[in-house]
Amino acid sequence: MIYNEEFETLPREVLEVLQLKRLQQVVQRVYHTVPFYKEAFDKAGVSPNIKSLDELRHFPFTTKNDLRDNYPFGLFAVPMDRVVRLHASSGTTGSSTVVGYTKRDIENWSELMARCFFGAGLTQNDIVHNAYGYGLFTGGLGVHYGIEKLGASVIPMSGGNTKRQIMLLQDFGPTAICCTPSYALTLAEQGEAMGIDMRKLKLRVGILGAEPWSETLRKQIEDALDITAMNIYGLSEIMGPGVAMECAEGKEGMHVFEDHFLVEVIDPATGDVLPPGEEGEVVFTTLTKEAFPLIRYRTRDLSRLIPEPCVCGRSLYRLERVMGRSDDMLIIRGVNVFPSQIEDVLVGIDGLDPHYQLVVNRQGTLDTIEVKVEVNDRLFSKADEIKTLQKIEQKIIKDLKDFLGVTAKVKLVEPNSLPRFEGKASRVIDNRKF
Amino acid sequence: MQVEQISIFLENKPGRLENLTRILKDANVNIRTLSVADTSDFGIVRLIVDQVAEAARVLKDQGYTFSRTSVVAVEVPDRAGGLHDILDIISNAHVNIEYMYAFVERSGRNAVLLFRFDKPDEAVNALHSHNATVLSGDALYSL
Repeated sequence: MIYNEEFETLPREVLEVLQLKRLQQVVQRVYHTVPFYKEAFDKAGVSPNIKSLDELRHFPFTTKNDLRDNYPFGLFAVPMDRVVRLHASSGTTGSSTVVGYTKRDIENWSELMARCFFGAGLTQNDIVHNAYGYGLFTGGLGVHYGIEKLGASVIPMSGGNTKRQIMLLQDFGPTAICCTPSYALTLAEQGEAMGIDMRKLKLRVGILGAEPWSETLRKQIEDALDITAMNIYGLSEIMGPGVAMECAEGKEGMHVFEDHFLVEVIDPATGDVLPPGEEGEVVFTTLTKEAFPLIRYRTRDLSRLIPEPCVCGRSLYRLERVMGRSDDMLIIRGVNVFPSQIEDVLVGIDGLDPHYQLVVNRQGTLDTIEVKVEVNDRLFSKADEIKTLQKIEQKIIKDLKDFLGVTAKVKLVEPNSLPRFEGKASRVIDNRKF
Repeated sequence: MQVEQISIFLENKPGRLENLTRILKDANVNIRTLSVADTSDFGIVRLIVDQVAEAARVLKDQGYTFSRTSVVAVEVPDRAGGLHDILDIISNAHVNIEYMYAFVERSGRNAVLLFRFDKPDEAVNALHSHNATVLSGDALYSL
């Protein structure tokens, strides 16, 4: 089912004409309204007078660091009186990234989300249980507005409180659920533990995303809940969920809404643009965003484009399931965490050195993170009692939870027992299999 | 009057304690007694040794995290009720014991109790006023 027949099935050459027109506008606009872009374009020696889509490859990239450097509103391209909404990624103060939306941005986002839901087979007759977190995270409200736009009924459940979620899944009889894949499995397992046959619920579709997941996990979820599980893609910097979405007909690769986002895949080492079909880092340029446009934003997500036509009839290229990231950002239960943020928390605690290691595992259906921290003389000289050390462990756990929203296990280890690095450290051991 | 003990942080995994005792053996340091407090992840080994300074030096060289802490050593007759008599004094003085351990002297007549108190001075005063035998460092290390 295609929500916006006109724009989702544009012949390639017509789509490219539309993309060029929109790209020309956005490049001109950021050049004249955002000092960061003027400086970056001038420094790279590129003119904002773009004549072809091909010229984009010469433009400089925008990175997460650029977003941080311009915290909070430095990259906004409209005055604040036109901004109607702010969202932010998780992070300690200063390292989080803030995104803004105009009224029209919200309308476009809602439409793209409606495209996602309609494409997944939902209509106004559906009741949608939205278990994405509401708040600064884009997941909750992004999904919410999309469901309302579609005209379906939304249950604004948000995250947590699993038992109550299961109760409402039984009582309200939603036909679709939106959450992270790992939470879908948690609901299934918890429900089973409560003696409920989760396959007998009215649920028939799951719109799952915000963290990498595998085909194996998809089958597990589909079996456990007796639903069709669909993969949705997005990132708050670009818009939030709804940048790309699988269609029910093909269910293989997520259609990128190319009338709003120009997608490139690059070699993460050289920055060169790769031909469609080759695997590399995904880069987006927003074509219609007003408040927070981004030019060539490096997502760090590794994937490839599928240029072949899809059985559903959409002309939009598909993005293959994202299986990894080109840097060491971790996504733990849908929450983005950088090792550097964990480091910030650790060094903020008196007596701790930034010698640490992060071990990520998947236990059953939930991601777990263990933070190994070295004990040192300063810490130990204060007292030689178990309870003192356990208090420090508790303090680390609490600060990680308070600042990053991550529930971690903390393990104190002997000094010099963790690897030291020359140059770029790799402090993460990710044992998860996607 | 307190005596010095060495407390060492160790991870709870095979070979860690063995590595520690080898270092002390090579330095010719004799362990009078020890206690191990453990959690699933880590432990604290507390040692009474004959040469505190030498033990500290080699442990520092080997990169261990340790501290030199004070405990109170009390000598009691090795008979039924020996420990209880001391705990009775401590309890009446409203002093809390953070941890304790003990060993029997070579002669077999006496035992030595090692205490970490929350209020060591009050504990020592109470012990003295009840004529308990509180050992000095020199007396303890050379036992």
